[in-house]
Amino acid sequence: MISDTAFWALTICLGIGTFLIRFSFLGLFGGRTLPDWALLHLKYVGVAVFPALVTPLVLWPEATGGVTDPVRVIAALAAFVIGMRVSVVGAIVAGMGTLYALQFLLG
Amino acid sequence: MTPRAAFWRGYIDCAPFTLIVIPYSILFGVVARDAGLDILQTMSMSVLVIAGASQFTALALLQDQAPVFIALLAALAVNLRMAMYSAALVPHIGHARLGTRALMAYLMVDQAFAVAVKHYEDNPLMSQTNKVAYYFGCMMLICPFWYGCTLIGALLGQAIPPALSLDFAVPICFIALTAPLIRSLPHVIAAAVAALASVVFSGLPWSLGLIVAALLAMMAGAQAELFLKRRKPKDVT
Repeated sequence: MISDTAFWALTICLGIGTFLIRFSFLGLFGGRTLPDWALLHLKYVGVAVFPALVTPLVLWPEATGGVTDPVRVIAALAAFVIGMRVSVVGAIVAGMGTLYALQFLLG
Repeated sequence: MTPRAAFWRGYIDCAPFTLIVIPYSILFGVVARDAGLDILQTMSMSVLVIAGASQFTALALLQDQAPVFIALLAALAVNLRMAMYSAALVPHIGHARLGTRALMAYLMVDQAFAVAVKHYEDNPLMSQTNKVAYYFGCMMLICPFWYGCTLIGALLGQAIPPALSLDFAVPICFIALTAPLIRSLPHVIAAAVAALASVVFSGLPWSLGLIVAALLAMMAGAQAELFLKRRKPKDVT
């Protein structure tokens, strides 16, 4: 059971903290021109953050208690290949579809 | 293109991600109710924080009776990546007024960030007003779904069958976000370094492995780009 005090303290601080993280650079550097070296690195934020977020989730899923599940690895690869070749919707459908199909086939 | 058209363009470009946001936010509503939160508490969390992964983290730690301070730090660490989004958005929408920037910061979510930045890079001639309008188009699609479906999940309050493996919708979503961003050799290198480094540094506490891996990957991408640029003139001669 989560106490009311703990919940509200956490939620309000998390809300404020998360906002400050999101606002950080937009708030401080808005309207200014960033130096070239910064712009060069910032181009790669997306391709740097997302794979780093995904890889551990695919290799050690919480749903299996952290044990590598070949079905999930295959489904993730399917989503990636379709995402590169076809589209975003294709990637989502291929990923979840492969997962369900393999889980069904393998019982 | 008028700002109105740019807004709707963003709205439509973000539409595929409702496929993920809907089940994920329903799941949050259900899990929060299971953890003993009432509907007001569940909704307050989704509205104040709008960051799914950190909400799940905070909730799980509170349930394990972790001290509030620890739960807070762990959840904030999960959101630290958004400082990088904030920086990456400065060249595109940093010109907006302070109040607008604050609103844009509040609405900043992964899906919309990825979609917006890709669109800006594909359309370098886009006007600043249209960039802001496009950004709001993206966010206006995702955020109402996030609130609304949290509420649906909280009202349903029933466990979603584990057989649906909804947990896997999260990595699938991020894979779908990544694929269109990989458009040149430096992008490939950055993504590969990110994946590899996230495994190597997965043992770091506070989700710091993600931050370290992302910073290394950004450096790898930037260095690869510089390296390829330096080589080009030589190839000609």
